[in-house]
Amino acid sequence: MSRAGRGGRFAVIAVPYAWLLAFFLLPFLVIARISVSEMGATTVKDIVAWKDGTIAFSLKFGNYLLLAQDDLYLRTYGSSLLFAAVTTVLCLAIGYPFAYFMARSRRSLQPALLMLVMLPFWTSFLLRVYAWKALLTEQGLAANAIESVGLDRAMAAVGLIPGPGQLMNTPFSLILGMTYTYLPFMILPLYSTLAKMDLRLLEAAADLGASAWTAFWRVTVPLSRPGIIAGSMLVFIPCVGEYVIPELLGGPQTQMIGRTLWDEFFSNNDWPMACAVAVTMVLLVVVPLAVFSRYQAEASARST
Amino acid sequence: MSAEAFLQIRNIVKEFDGHRAVDNVSIDIVKGEVFALLGSSGCGKTTLLRMLAGFETPTSGTILLNGRDLADLAPYERPMNMMFQSYALFPHLTVFENIAFGLRRDRLPAAEIQSRVESMLKLVQLGAFAKRKPHQLSGGQQQRVALARSLAKGPQLLLLDEPLGALDKKLREETQIELANIVHDVGVTCVLVTHDQEEAMTMASRIAVMSEGRFLQVGAPAEIYETPASRFVADFIGNVNLMDGTLVEDEADHVVVDCDDVRHWIGHGITGMRDMAVTVAVRPEKIRLERDNVSSSPTEVDPKPFNEARGTIKDMAYFGDYTVYHLQLAGGRVLKVSQTNVERQPDRPLTWGDAARASWSDLSQVVLPR
Amino acid sequence: MRASAFNRWFARAWLAFGYAFLYIPIVALVAYSFNDSPVANVWRGFTLRWYVALASDRELLAGLALSFKVALTTACASVVLGTLAAFALVRYPRFFGRTLFTGMVAAPLVMPEVIIGLSLLLMLVSLQRATEAAFGIGFPERGMMTIWLGHLLLGLAYATVVIRARLQTLNPQLEEAALDLGARPWQVFWLVTLPMIGQALLSAFLLTFTLSLDDVVLSAFLSGPGATTMPLVIFSRARLGLNPSVNAVATIIIAVVAIGVVVASFVIAANERRRVLDAAAAKRPSAAA
Repeated sequence: MSRAGRGGRFAVIAVPYAWLLAFFLLPFLVIARISVSEMGATTVKDIVAWKDGTIAFSLKFGNYLLLAQDDLYLRTYGSSLLFAAVTTVLCLAIGYPFAYFMARSRRSLQPALLMLVMLPFWTSFLLRVYAWKALLTEQGLAANAIESVGLDRAMAAVGLIPGPGQLMNTPFSLILGMTYTYLPFMILPLYSTLAKMDLRLLEAAADLGASAWTAFWRVTVPLSRPGIIAGSMLVFIPCVGEYVIPELLGGPQTQMIGRTLWDEFFSNNDWPMACAVAVTMVLLVVVPLAVFSRYQAEASARST
Repeated sequence: MSAEAFLQIRNIVKEFDGHRAVDNVSIDIVKGEVFALLGSSGCGKTTLLRMLAGFETPTSGTILLNGRDLADLAPYERPMNMMFQSYALFPHLTVFENIAFGLRRDRLPAAEIQSRVESMLKLVQLGAFAKRKPHQLSGGQQQRVALARSLAKGPQLLLLDEPLGALDKKLREETQIELANIVHDVGVTCVLVTHDQEEAMTMASRIAVMSEGRFLQVGAPAEIYETPASRFVADFIGNVNLMDGTLVEDEADHVVVDCDDVRHWIGHGITGMRDMAVTVAVRPEKIRLERDNVSSSPTEVDPKPFNEARGTIKDMAYFGDYTVYHLQLAGGRVLKVSQTNVERQPDRPLTWGDAARASWSDLSQVVLPR
Repeated sequence: MRASAFNRWFARAWLAFGYAFLYIPIVALVAYSFNDSPVANVWRGFTLRWYVALASDRELLAGLALSFKVALTTACASVVLGTLAAFALVRYPRFFGRTLFTGMVAAPLVMPEVIIGLSLLLMLVSLQRATEAAFGIGFPERGMMTIWLGHLLLGLAYATVVIRARLQTLNPQLEEAALDLGARPWQVFWLVTLPMIGQALLSAFLLTFTLSLDDVVLSAFLSGPGATTMPLVIFSRARLGLNPSVNAVATIIIAVVAIGVVVASFVIAANERRRVLDAAAAKRPSAAA
């Protein structure tokens, strides 16, 4: 390769790389640093000092100890994971058949169906979440509909809402809001995988004696696994750290770690604590992320 | 080194991750010839072609065009053009613009570009399609545009990467001749890469059979076919019967090879010595097959005649213009025999299970080292 | 596979309910924006007064202007950086630290925004303090610039996904052919690659534009005095309760987006149909020469 070619190659890689190092990686190191310091003393000099010829660290792990010991934080992490998991399962339950039926409908219809799913995605998500607020408060359309069939009493019995008629700011409204917002993120990868599936495989299965139901579970579902995993990751991980939806639709019963971080930072002005929460959240998130990208790498290696 | 040597490839080696794709290849290509690199996938032929074009850099070795070392020349600086396997026509440009692309990069005046493109279109007979886009053309038309585009700049060397690979059989036969004619008319030196023997043999003036990065044999098509230098080459090109045996007689004007169930009397001398292990290669079309009417007792018949074998027809395949027979001999060996169907409706055609006698002349064999 | 009548109706019902679920809030938003009632829940009559009020809602309009500026610059920068990143990932299979690079490019897609917002803000604050100590002026000031940086991080990740997907399907022999015919590398990019990925670049632009326009969390962390984006205005109003002005803004946005998406879909579909017809025409005997 000529000198110019090599120089060009360097620039193409270096520019985005440097940018990401500076604005993505470096910030993580910064919050890691701040999380082990005290409020008001968060610069590097406060943490690392040169004392008597040796380096002395004054790391304050107090924040992390607090996180580990305080019931509130543990419960919040737990409920964040729980809500995210429930949302993911609901999105899968609604989204998989949806994507499946989309992929199996007439070819000519599919672009229009896809466009109709994309349209809400392009519309501001803040506004759509706000719309549920209007629908679920007293006298709201959805509230009336649910109350009229008595569904609210069933939900109260299960604990999804504190009492009949109180649909807003409850676990129910939160889960509804999150499922609603993240549903397209589940449908799109699923549709993409299902639409690409070779239908002749199903014909082969039928030819070999499988019923439609068996063919579905033994052929279609395993083949759509990449879509299921991609969709689940795209829903679960962001849900864990969601802030806006819990803030608008959640309530006292729905502690989410995203809100905790926000409150620590904006309300309590406790930067080190907020950072500690963030670092633990990253660790919580990194594990599924690593698993996911390992799976992706293996999948692409297998397909080549 | 001949004075006409135009393209000189010297000790070219290309390594990828410790694996040698091209292993010390050297050849001189003469101006005006069509040189084919023939081999199955992975043999290194495409890598060699790409090194000529400038898309790969040799790990070691030199390439000289007209005496000039190409090593420091980028692809856009080399006086050669390539016709890609996928044609690589620019989908967003018309046929005219595709062909004009290289000329425009040279900043030629508009009038000259116009006339050159028009003459190219005329050469490939696509004058009426100048305004179309590639996706509006059939496969054969796209191929012709690709050819016109690669010839538009009047390159000193034309590189062809599996030029007929994407076409179906009928189209391939027609295009083979057309392509050969165009190349001949234009008079450009060609290096062509292919895995298809027919393509190589019909289009090339010289063929290099490649395997695992090395040249196994270089020569004119007839030479490669009728005088293969090794067992591999004999087996690679066309069909062949290979019979292992020992040299039992070695004279200046003839040799005899004993292959257990078959004895060969070969009417020319070879370089070798007695008791040498050899393989005798006989092409199926060189063998004559007749119905075996022998009813005489075994003792009257020479049990091991020269250049002859008896057996039963185990299998046959009818191709219309010729038929291929698999003749199973007593010892189990199967000989492949190919006969042109000279008669339209023969009286008693040979069929499965018939006893038959195969025979061949004493100049039809090739003796190969084992 | 013959689907029974039940299967077909089940499929249609599921799709219908799914789409209803997706669109109910949108329809409600639009409907209530015409509701002549301060309580946006009970229908009282048709009115356009909320739209009229919008024209003099300075806070919201200022927010819209800022959001628009940020979104535009974010989209442009995202496409440029995203193209570079996509090229790095697709064309150069091996370079130092490629795994880390791949991870960093993909992470903002799934990472919760609160983490990205917090970490970026704190780093910028540290940077500001450091430059203030060294040069006397703190850079960057919290405001439009910092919001832009945050949005760009997210935009880069999305743009790379879109452009990379297109680049991967691009036949590399096209660029080699251009080189072979005498085009210098930058000419190859300009004359061959760019036209071919043009549609992907446009998609990436629109996607990152929308994301930036809509962003709440990153903007909240990274904004400064006088730099309030439209979503932040809406968010603070929404937190306090229901507000009809929000409905009016929402309807306008929905209308614009809907028209845009529908038009784009039709154009893409028309292009696709024409391409199929053209390719079919090429195969007919009359086309052979």
